[in-house]
Amino acid sequence: MKKHRYIILLGIVILVFLAGNLVYPKYIKSIFPQFWDIPFRLGLDLQGGTHLLYEADLSGIEKADYSTAMEGLRDIIERRINLFGVAEPVVQVQEAGDSHRLVVELAGIQDTNQAIKMIGQTPFLEFREQKSEEETQQILDKRKELEGKTLEEMEKIENWQLGLEDPYFKPTALTGQYLKKAELEFNQNTGNPLISLQFNDEGAKIFEDLTSENVGKILAIYIDGVPISTPVVQEEISGGNAQITGNFTLDEAKELVRNLNAGALPVPIKLISQQSVGPILGKISLEQSLKAAIYGFLAILLFMVIFYRIPGFFASLGLLIFVAIVLALFKLIPVTLTLAGIAGFILSMGMAVDANILIFSRMKEELKQGKSFLISLQEGTRRAWPSIRDGNFTTILVALVLFAFGSGFVRGFSFTLIIGNLVGMFSAILITNNFLKCFIGNKIEKLKWLLG
Amino acid sequence: MNINFLKYSKIYYIFSGLLFLAAIFLIFIFGLKFGIDFSGGSILEFDFNERPENKIIQDKLNEFNLGEITIQPTGSNGVILRMPDINEETHQKIIQKLEEISPVQEKRFESIGPSVGKELRQNTIILIVVSFLLLLIYIAIAFRKVSRPLFSWQYGIISIIALIFDILISIGVLALLGKLYNVQFNVPIITALLTILGYTINDKVIIFDRVRENILRSRGEDFETIVSQSLNQTLARSLSTGFCSLLVLISLFLFGGETLKYFSLILIIGIIVGTYSSIFLAAPLLVFWYRRRHRVE
Repeated sequence: MKKHRYIILLGIVILVFLAGNLVYPKYIKSIFPQFWDIPFRLGLDLQGGTHLLYEADLSGIEKADYSTAMEGLRDIIERRINLFGVAEPVVQVQEAGDSHRLVVELAGIQDTNQAIKMIGQTPFLEFREQKSEEETQQILDKRKELEGKTLEEMEKIENWQLGLEDPYFKPTALTGQYLKKAELEFNQNTGNPLISLQFNDEGAKIFEDLTSENVGKILAIYIDGVPISTPVVQEEISGGNAQITGNFTLDEAKELVRNLNAGALPVPIKLISQQSVGPILGKISLEQSLKAAIYGFLAILLFMVIFYRIPGFFASLGLLIFVAIVLALFKLIPVTLTLAGIAGFILSMGMAVDANILIFSRMKEELKQGKSFLISLQEGTRRAWPSIRDGNFTTILVALVLFAFGSGFVRGFSFTLIIGNLVGMFSAILITNNFLKCFIGNKIEKLKWLLG
Repeated sequence: MNINFLKYSKIYYIFSGLLFLAAIFLIFIFGLKFGIDFSGGSILEFDFNERPENKIIQDKLNEFNLGEITIQPTGSNGVILRMPDINEETHQKIIQKLEEISPVQEKRFESIGPSVGKELRQNTIILIVVSFLLLLIYIAIAFRKVSRPLFSWQYGIISIIALIFDILISIGVLALLGKLYNVQFNVPIITALLTILGYTINDKVIIFDRVRENILRSRGEDFETIVSQSLNQTLARSLSTGFCSLLVLISLFLFGGETLKYFSLILIIGIIVGTYSSIFLAAPLLVFWYRRRHRVE
């Protein structure tokens, strides 16, 4: 039995050595520069940053192509953000019911407004073909009918919405989704800037079909819903090259090329939710939560040593090891630490020591009956175990539900609480008890007051 | 030490009843201020170089026709604005407008559109329902073995009553805090309330478990004595379990900053109320029900 005890102690020492150095690798790095140096991952609320939620308008797209369109959207926005120079941006596609969304997380960003503009400004390029004369006439007639009327009067007319449609052009399948690249060129005769477009294979095919169907007609190029150029198709064009010869200045043309290359969005998007935390508030929150953790830790230390003396001291040591192990796990898993996560960690710290308290109070009962210290400890642990197990179990149970069904705050809190609870049971029972067995034994029995 | 806990049962009932009524009263009178994560809307938090009167801020914002705005001063120069959901453009215009009063340092901006708000609300309801169901299953399993002299389901119902009491008192306190300090009923608070459930159910289970153990060992003592004896045995445990958790939560309340302040306060209140209700509500109810049943028989 005794040998067993010291093997566990050795295991704990190794574990603590590794965990401690993982958490704070500064010293060991000076001896072994190869030692892992994993940083903590801080959430947006602690380092400052922006969480943006966009909703994509997929109404113009076949259902089968939804996921391709969303992936295209994600890639393009990712590219855009990379131009902006944000470290490790997160861009994710998310489905919620019928809506398709894009989550964008930008950490440590200073100017959120600029970022939003940049994401939103990305031009939406599309080609539109002419409507038939009949359709055009219908819309124009409707417009005449609506002329000079107030909105209320208009709503009484049949099919009044028709009058609001573009009378001349209708959307086609060809959009910026299929754009491979855009280039600035100059008209060889006039010297005016023009933009050449190169489509990918799929886009080239669509373009070929479109041009063949529309020979002699106009195929209009729209950017963000505004017609930029309305060239007449002379012949079927294969190979996927097109030109925009709009009325733009050199600077405008340059910007357009840059924006088109950065990615024309395959579908329009709309910002539906935003959460931004300034870097200052992030820093303050981090400091405050760390302060709460440290004071909470010290309060426990003080309480345990005053009320439980030597066992309390070892329980405090156990708690210190608990903290090192949990923090090391946060780095290894890795857990993104948010305010909620730190709160979960702090609460689990309290719960971990509560397990010790349960053991110690049972142990005292046994000591009163005149049993030896080691026997009392063993008995106390055995009898306290069901309470510890059940207490942690119900908390973990609820935390699991919170983690599975919650989002944001809820998940951050419950995840660290679960980790903390699991490690807490381990440290209270295995580590603290083993310390007590190894370092105290029965020698101290005569000094009962030291045992609290 | 042997305290006769059940001697003053009537006083506990009256006290608990008053607390319960007070909580309901507070909830009805003041209502709950739902956070934007439920109702949709936006929050803008910033510091002024020199904070003006609320009235001046209100005047500046009037032209935006935002509807209902609450302006809440925070810290020495900070302000928290709660408004309906606004877009990025309006957000920038508001900042510009406020800059006219005094330079503004923006700290936080959140805007949740109606569709996202609705979803969060639905998700939270699912979360609550699943937690309750799971807790009920747990209660059913935990009391499966306790079937004398009351049925298992009676133990279960009493613990559910006590849990409802815990939650309701906590929400009552929240309603009061909402009135006094504009504290919002939001996702962190829901998280705290559900955590309380998981935490305090355990107290009840352990006391009832002890009652069961003592019944098996009893040599003809009456039920009331056994319950009282069980309470005495579990008292030290009930008081000491929560203690270190309370210590860290108090630290979180005092130093943890704005977001965690009321989250931890609700947890503190819930844990205290939960400990109280296990001893002074659940146990007396057990005896009460036992007596009624035996009188009928």
